[in-house]
Amino acid sequence: MSTATTQAASAYLQGLLAGQPRPAAARQAWLNQLRSSAVETVSELTIPTTRDEEWRFTDISLLTKISLQPAHAAINLASADIQRFCIEEADTRLVFVDGIYAPKLSTVAANGIVVGNLASALAKNADVLKQHLGQHASTKDNVFAALNTAFLHDAALILLPRNVAVSAPIHLLFIATQKEVVSYPRTLVLADNGCAVTVIEDYVSMQDEAYFTNAVTEFVLADNAHVNHIRVQREGAKAFHIANCSAILSRASNYQSVSVAMGARISRYNLSVKMAEGAECSADGLALISARQLADTHTCIDHAQAHGTSRQLHKCIVGGAAHAVFNGKIMVRHGAQKTDSQQSNRTLLLTEKAHVDTKPQLEIFADDVKCTHGATIGQLDSEEVFYLQSRGLSETVARNMLTYAFGAEIIERIPVTSLKRSLEQTVLEQTSTQL
Amino acid sequence: MIYPNSKTILEVRNLCASVSGTPILKNMNFTVKSGEVHAIMGPNGSGKSTFSKVLAGHTDYEITSGTVLFEGKNLLELAPEERARAGVFLAFQYPIEIPGVGNSQFLRLTYNTVQTHRGKEELDPLEFDDFVREKMKLLEMNPDFLDRSVNAGFSGGEKKRNEILQMALLEPSLAILDETDSGLDIDALRIVSNGVNQLANKDNAIVLVTHYQRLLNYIVPDFVHVMEAGRIIKSGGKELALELETRGYDWVSEEYKAATRVAA
Repeated sequence: MSTATTQAASAYLQGLLAGQPRPAAARQAWLNQLRSSAVETVSELTIPTTRDEEWRFTDISLLTKISLQPAHAAINLASADIQRFCIEEADTRLVFVDGIYAPKLSTVAANGIVVGNLASALAKNADVLKQHLGQHASTKDNVFAALNTAFLHDAALILLPRNVAVSAPIHLLFIATQKEVVSYPRTLVLADNGCAVTVIEDYVSMQDEAYFTNAVTEFVLADNAHVNHIRVQREGAKAFHIANCSAILSRASNYQSVSVAMGARISRYNLSVKMAEGAECSADGLALISARQLADTHTCIDHAQAHGTSRQLHKCIVGGAAHAVFNGKIMVRHGAQKTDSQQSNRTLLLTEKAHVDTKPQLEIFADDVKCTHGATIGQLDSEEVFYLQSRGLSETVARNMLTYAFGAEIIERIPVTSLKRSLEQTVLEQTSTQL
Repeated sequence: MIYPNSKTILEVRNLCASVSGTPILKNMNFTVKSGEVHAIMGPNGSGKSTFSKVLAGHTDYEITSGTVLFEGKNLLELAPEERARAGVFLAFQYPIEIPGVGNSQFLRLTYNTVQTHRGKEELDPLEFDDFVREKMKLLEMNPDFLDRSVNAGFSGGEKKRNEILQMALLEPSLAILDETDSGLDIDALRIVSNGVNQLANKDNAIVLVTHYQRLLNYIVPDFVHVMEAGRIIKSGGKELALELETRGYDWVSEEYKAATRVAA
């Protein structure tokens, strides 16, 4: 990128900062401080280009070519409008429309935990929020996380007290309704000692024009906490979706995440997991893309202490002229002995023009560890296609079935039956139309 | 069993096929009539498995010359799925695993697809469930198999039973069983053979492709053929299999060479 365009990108950022109605100053000085330091960080950074190592394969210059308006007051949606996005098992649902909390669409079950939006929960929980909000997702060298924090005025909050196990999943539903709007979804989940919860972070759209979702999510797991994190990115076809998620795992806690990316023109998901002694995590993913979509997943699993276990299976199904990127870093720090880590990335390219860039990275500074990683890229196995044809199925049906099965291996890991079924159906439809 | 006036199901004439330019089948001749059970034996690399895949329509093999008539129709111009719908079935030596696709869903899809193409009624999930459970009894299969993914995590014997179950559902007029006995213990071999025997009738035909004689103790062939270098070099009755078991294949090869020398 030339200097002129770099300047253009910086001007773009300034425009984003200036053009947006800034959140009103909070009564909490720490929150004002958090935002203003994020504004400062933004002004020191630029929009990344493919010359930045972390963005080598992901060209987001298209994003700077659309003009983004501030999110107006939320569009008035009725419950019936969002019915199709609801997940029957979830008795608590927080809905954000273009980033703005929609209390009328939300339902909160009384189950002994704090769940709600930041604006209403701030006063009562100021101490714990001050301690964690914005403290785990790093804004350093991350202009998008910094932008999100600069505009932090509301958030989805889930605060679980000690030893509380919530059996029904909690659904965080982020709906995009307006074009050329930028929204800054923000989520904080604090799981105290020994508690258990399933959180579904779900990005959907009710329109097909361009918009930008810039999300930040923070999970903090205290000792022995167990969190299932299901992330579904099904944004509109012209959307931009950039998200940063940080999970901090204390001793013997367990974080299980399944992330599915099937929407957006360009999407980028950064997941960072930091593990203390004896913590366990799984970080599985599926990118199912076609046409000219780009889906980039960057993960960093940091075994900071000994006896941690991590598992990662990331799959990509790439059709059309789409482009998938996977960068999976496993870090085993000095002293993180007995770490047990397995990572695998498998990609299915459905067309000649489909394209993947995959980069597993292992950095090991301990000497008594068990770490494996690997990546495979391929087309459907012709023997498998022949097997199904020999049973009377047409070549198209055979290919669709095998493609579906490839993705279903990840979808099956979602511990919420109705969501699993509906995503399986989506994968089935997607894989039947792509071929 | 050999029946009088039975109709010809398969007629292979001077078939030559190659893979990546290497000839594998060289003037293969083979005729099967309804009601018959044929065993094709021969050492590794003789072309047995290639022959079964060629009949099922595997696209890796190029047919360079010869003809194959199946119930009077030109089999070679049909796609693999059209052959299956017409009544050709191949039980695979190594059935593939499809994690993520339920076995019952898969079986019903194949059954209904084939039924539709034969102008017959499809079954809805409930009807199919009753139907398939009945067929599973033939193979002493636990109904749990229906809830698992296709062949995923099945033992060798379970996979082979699942193959014969598909044969039972698709009711082929020509079933080719490629090394169905390999990897089976004696109990599984008995169950699988028993299933095949119950499916054999005067209107269909079975071709057993096998390396060993032991399967033929359970499924008794009407004809035994020995393949070598891509063609059948000797045919006989079931007693030929026993002779091969005790004497090996070399003498057949010698006999064939001597005969061709005389002919030349």
